[in-house]
Amino acid sequence: MAKILGGITTSHIPAVGNAIQNELYDDPYWKPFFDGYPKVHEWVKNNKPDYVINIYNDHGLGFFLDQMPTFAIGAAHEYRNEDEGWGLPELPPFPGAPELSWHIIESMVADEFDITSCQELPVDHGFVVPMQLFWPGAPNNPDMPRAVPVSANTVQHPIPTLKRALDFGKALGRAIESFPEEAKVVVLGTGGLSHQLEGKRAGFINREFDEYCLNNIAHNPEELTKISRMELVEKAGAQGTEFLMWMMMRGALGDNVTELTRNYHIPISNTGAGTLLLECA
Amino acid sequence: MHDMPGHDYHIDIPGTTIFDGRQAMKGYALNKMCYSFNKAVNRDAFKEDPEAYMEKFGLNDAQKDAIRSTNILAMIEEGGNIYYLAKLAGIFKLSVQDVGGMQTGMTTEEFKEYLLSQA
Ligand SMILES: [Fe+2]
Repeated sequence: MAKILGGITTSHIPAVGNAIQNELYDDPYWKPFFDGYPKVHEWVKNNKPDYVINIYNDHGLGFFLDQMPTFAIGAAHEYRNEDEGWGLPELPPFPGAPELSWHIIESMVADEFDITSCQELPVDHGFVVPMQLFWPGAPNNPDMPRAVPVSANTVQHPIPTLKRALDFGKALGRAIESFPEEAKVVVLGTGGLSHQLEGKRAGFINREFDEYCLNNIAHNPEELTKISRMELVEKAGAQGTEFLMWMMMRGALGDNVTELTRNYHIPISNTGAGTLLLECA
Repeated sequence: MHDMPGHDYHIDIPGTTIFDGRQAMKGYALNKMCYSFNKAVNRDAFKEDPEAYMEKFGLNDAQKDAIRSTNILAMIEEGGNIYYLAKLAGIFKLSVQDVGGMQTGMTTEEFKEYLLSQA
């Protein structure tokens, strides 16, 4: 059976992709952000997961408002990014894992999570930037695992509740661990932390709330399910709702996790940027 | 914003527009046009003739005016969603800090200072 090694969360800001492209690792603006990753690199190198479940939220590349799935799972042989309207570099495709995708889809639906399956899914910065952060040179990294993208809607309300996100993760964990292959799996939760791009409140960041989330997600995630969705918008900012991806990841890891590294820095672009590495018992 | 009976209530968060079904219907044409900008060929077509391109997607006058005057707050008011509008901002070569400043009445430098002040 497959085993979940742990979970990694990170912000997925497009500007990070640019900084990677320009190798700004020691630039004074970027250094406090990139300093959060060497420990993750070491862990990834030592553990070499075979599969990566990449939980992210699409930002208007893979899905439009004509048909907006609340939860979608990729089931393709490969995943390509696009320039997203900004001329981002188009990378070689990320290898998929359709057998694992369909196993997860079967298991989740049997578990009463009715998801949307996608045999074609253009992936945006929410998927790509974390891959580049954790597997430098991705997808051209010899340790690059095969990927299953999982996307949750945070574009349009109603978005899922925090409880639903955590429960989704728990069902996802059961699905992964019943995959009949001796394989190592890592689960990513990408996005957040607090930020708001639009309106007169644009630029809002909330260190206190982000730290509350960081302090509870490893050992007390149920506490965070008490946060209502509108409270999440209010306290994390309109785009800080991406924290749902962290909850989904957390649910998949089971009860016993060890926090191996944590980083938090304000601001990267308009965002309170957070990184967390949790290892399963 | 009025609550829909039996649904998640919307609290009033100053300076924040909840992009829900009502806004999504209001802004559908505008967002659909911005979504098309994922493709370079469509960005080029817009740059070539913005009026014809907006007409093709059926934008209403308020949405067209918001774009003509690059008024981000008005775009939001008319149902624009920031994730799609970001692709329009790309055509105008505006960074997210430029867009932040434009919405908050700050220069881009002032807006960056504001971000730093929350560290
Ligand atoms: Fe995002």
